[in-house]
Amino acid sequence: MNHYSYYPLLIFAALGTGFAVFSVLGAAGLAGPKRYNRAKADAYECGIQPSPHADGGGRVPIKYYLTAMLFIVFDIESVFLYPFAVNFDRMGLFALVEMVLFVITVFVAYAYVWRRGGLEWD
Amino acid sequence: MIAAATGFSQTKIEYAAVVPMLVIFGVAMLGVVIEAFVPRRLRYVVQVAVTLLGLLAAFLTLIFSARDHKAVTAGGSVVIDGPALMFQGTVLVLSFLAVLVMAERFDTPSIDAFTQSGASVPGSPMETNAVRLGATSTEVFPLVLFAVGGMMLFPAAGDLLTVFIALEVLSLPLYILTGLARRRRLLSQEASMKYFLLGAFSSAFFLFGAALVFGYAGSLNFGTIAAAVSAGSGRDGILIPGIFLVAVGLLFKIGAVPFHSWTPDAYQGAPTPVAGFMAACTKVAAFGAFLRVFYVAFPGMKWNWQPIVVVVAILTMVVGAVLSVTQTDIKRLLAYSSITQAGFILVGVVALDRQAVSGTIVYVITYGFATIAAFALVAMVRSGGNEATHLSQWAGLGKTSPVVAALMALMMIAFAGIPLTSLFTAKYAIFSAAVGHGGTWLALIGVIFSAVAAFVYVRVIVLMYFSEPTGDTVVLTPSALTGIAVTVAAVLTVALGVFPTPLLDMAHNYSQFMR
Repeated sequence: MNHYSYYPLLIFAALGTGFAVFSVLGAAGLAGPKRYNRAKADAYECGIQPSPHADGGGRVPIKYYLTAMLFIVFDIESVFLYPFAVNFDRMGLFALVEMVLFVITVFVAYAYVWRRGGLEWD
Repeated sequence: MIAAATGFSQTKIEYAAVVPMLVIFGVAMLGVVIEAFVPRRLRYVVQVAVTLLGLLAAFLTLIFSARDHKAVTAGGSVVIDGPALMFQGTVLVLSFLAVLVMAERFDTPSIDAFTQSGASVPGSPMETNAVRLGATSTEVFPLVLFAVGGMMLFPAAGDLLTVFIALEVLSLPLYILTGLARRRRLLSQEASMKYFLLGAFSSAFFLFGAALVFGYAGSLNFGTIAAAVSAGSGRDGILIPGIFLVAVGLLFKIGAVPFHSWTPDAYQGAPTPVAGFMAACTKVAAFGAFLRVFYVAFPGMKWNWQPIVVVVAILTMVVGAVLSVTQTDIKRLLAYSSITQAGFILVGVVALDRQAVSGTIVYVITYGFATIAAFALVAMVRSGGNEATHLSQWAGLGKTSPVVAALMALMMIAFAGIPLTSLFTAKYAIFSAAVGHGGTWLALIGVIFSAVAAFVYVRVIVLMYFSEPTGDTVVLTPSALTGIAVTVAAVLTVALGVFPTPLLDMAHNYSQFMR
């Protein structure tokens, strides 16, 4: 081991820094078109006017956060359920037991949210 | 396509080895169900009982089942070996004491350490409503159990992905716990936010490092990585940054300089019992994981990472010791003290042998007991309804409440590493590991900064015994919960200093990593 082996490290760091500086300061200004229109002020698929005159002064009710979290929890659950369902025959009882445990885990969290009033909007 | 499908094989899991973790996660789930279905007035009693029984059950399964079934299991992603058992057992015992302290209510439900309603804005109608209903955050108990589960998996992980999952499982509950203080809520929420953001950054560093290591070795498994490193491929250009970035993620949890900046803010803002839990148990788990990653996966690259760990160890000792001198808040002082102690442990970690592993085990055990007791004592000293954390409010405590002052003085003496206390044993074990490997000069720096740190601890003692009491500082009488926790910790702090041999022998017997 000698100090030559650190050269790739230095080059790597220099490339990384250079890329960040170039893409933020250089490329965007040089290559990007600058045509303003209303759509540029819209948030993607959001439905809430973010700027310049945002609804409610730009504040969003925190209730959205809980709904989004629940959505992600069930989204992730289905991500695991699909491959399990496709390969169900090959994996046998072990996988079934594991999946049931996983679904129970998700439903315990759901039961907590439900019982503690997380699903009531007001 | 067909080949891939037929190549499916079921992973064997040695349940007898992982049963302590399963118990902890199971009881944590039970805790969530209790939160959902048990009436509010019963929740506290049920949660405390279930949590303590769960921790006890997990510890018993660890001794009677996991200890006799050391194994590399779950497809190589979990390794239950000597060090893993030691770190897991330590986490369980320390968190048992920490839960006792967290359950402390000083005979009045309204003055426990946790907020009525974590989601409410301080001073809002929602909070007023929660106070009127007599709400309490009994969620802390399942959260602690989830964190404990992560802390048990962290030092037992056999590949970088499992290390990352364990890191997140232990961190996320801690971020929430940090923001749940009943008093000074804005400070607590600010601490939680800082801890979360910096923690997320460090996780990203860790993941990036793991990706680079994967690019080098073609595997995340520690054994395969070690084999790839010793075979050598000439692509050190991605391995070395990978190792350093993985180290950043782990050193963040350890609280080593320059990744320590979250520690004082998080400890100051967090509910005091939670700060004790974080300081003691997170350190155990993080050092366990650091040792496994660097001793099992990267020993072949020691010429590259040892100098970095040496530099980090020196920086950690210097910054921790020097900045703790300037602190005026007892919780920040203990936070900087924890940074200094992490530096002392890193001195031994550099040695890369069994003695270093057993030294680290001894150190995190002894430091953990003293720390939980110290934070439990801080929670008792009050002034005007708040915790009296400013050092000037501790003046003359030796006259007004001799027992608390004496116990705090004992913990300070232990932190300073005075002989006949447990941390002297630990310092001896860790520094002799460094000396055994040509690190005499490093151990010498460690001893010098022990002296600097000792000044800070002695200053607290002098303040308690040789200053006149000022202001309206009162010491609350704790219930049996804190009483038991502090007594056990104090007895062990003395006992492990006077009779260190059983602990040293046990740590030595459980210091061999399974590869």
